[in-house]
Amino acid sequence: MKGVNFVGLRDVGDPVELAVHYSAGGADELVLLDITATPDDATTMTSVVRAVADVLDIPFTVGGGVRTVEDASRIIESGADRVSLNSAAVASPELIQAIADRFGSQAVVVAIDSGAGLVHTHGGRTPTARRTVEWAREAAARGAGEILLTSIDHDGRREGFDLELTAAVRAAVAVPVIASGGAGSAQHVADALAVTDAALIASIVHEDPAGLPGLRRAIESCGVHLRPWKE
Amino acid sequence: MKEIVIVDYGAGNTRSVQATLARLGHASVVSADPAAIANTWYVILPGVGSARSAMAHLNQTGAAEAITSRVSAGQPVLGICLGLQLAFESSEEDGGVDGLGIVPGRVVRLSDERVPRLGWSIVEPWGEAYYFAHSYGAITTAAVATAEGVTAAVSHGTFLGVQFHPEKSGPAGLAFLDQCLSLV
Repeated sequence: MKGVNFVGLRDVGDPVELAVHYSAGGADELVLLDITATPDDATTMTSVVRAVADVLDIPFTVGGGVRTVEDASRIIESGADRVSLNSAAVASPELIQAIADRFGSQAVVVAIDSGAGLVHTHGGRTPTARRTVEWAREAAARGAGEILLTSIDHDGRREGFDLELTAAVRAAVAVPVIASGGAGSAQHVADALAVTDAALIASIVHEDPAGLPGLRRAIESCGVHLRPWKE
Repeated sequence: MKEIVIVDYGAGNTRSVQATLARLGHASVVSADPAAIANTWYVILPGVGSARSAMAHLNQTGAAEAITSRVSAGQPVLGICLGLQLAFESSEEDGGVDGLGIVPGRVVRLSDERVPRLGWSIVEPWGEAYYFAHSYGAITTAAVATAEGVTAAVSHGTFLGVQFHPEKSGPAGLAFLDQCLSLV
């Protein structure tokens, strides 16, 4: 089914409460990034992931602070469906294959923050010399089961996703691609879903958490087939 | 034994399955102990991981034989995702792996345009959407439901297997598990 509708949580107050809220509001999947104040604190991370898994009945991805197979293992065994790698995958590309070998490609997302066609690491602050499309191709070849593509240029502007970049990355890989950055309206989400497999929305729902069911209906009104869901 | 046994093979995401069973009011344990598998009223073979390491674990612990014996004896086993795929005679995954051989058929790499297949699909003839995350699929005569041409559920004797994740499929998944357990 085309048109998966993700809600991304980053640095939010209570991930457990919000996760339940968005799940009840019709999100198809959740992406939880940087959910602990200190990513190095593996115990905190594990307990948050467990708490989310115990109350959530939809799939969720956890990113931020995954640097080793053991980190990924702890997160998946705590109930997450997938781990998302970003800077750590750029620093050690072999980490992608190592996690995929253990848990399958479907458990490994490579998140790419792209600015002016180049990969940026460390929360989008550090530009690298790697080209986004090339890195996406390499990540998929190394076992990534999904690419979470965020356009730094479009993020936060609410003028729509970077459709050109999304289409270019999607054409370069044979795994699903999630568009991220720039959602301001239901039409923007529909436009993204016309060129790729899934779209991530964050700030527009964080501002109005009660508005998710309405947003979902509005996306469907734009002609997108989402999964049947009842409020 | 009153507790449902969720079979442990070293890589599965068993926590979400346990949480879902708890929501339905069922206690469960995660175990690879053949005696526990033999003596409970319901066994779930969950799914995340790779076929080769999963089969190696199941064979080493004796869980493989215990699961096969259960089905031969007419006791229920539910396989989820990889747990469904392990029930067949063989899988192409990891260069070729022998399965449990409970259900006739084999597991092959998906031929979809995008693999892995991730997301919600309507399962027919049930008409409900469930969540799928897989790169391999079953070719079998035992299929009882499909999703976009892929085997979504198989039934063979007392073995029931689903390619989707009921524990990640919202209210529809919960209702599905409830129905499986109420039929016992």
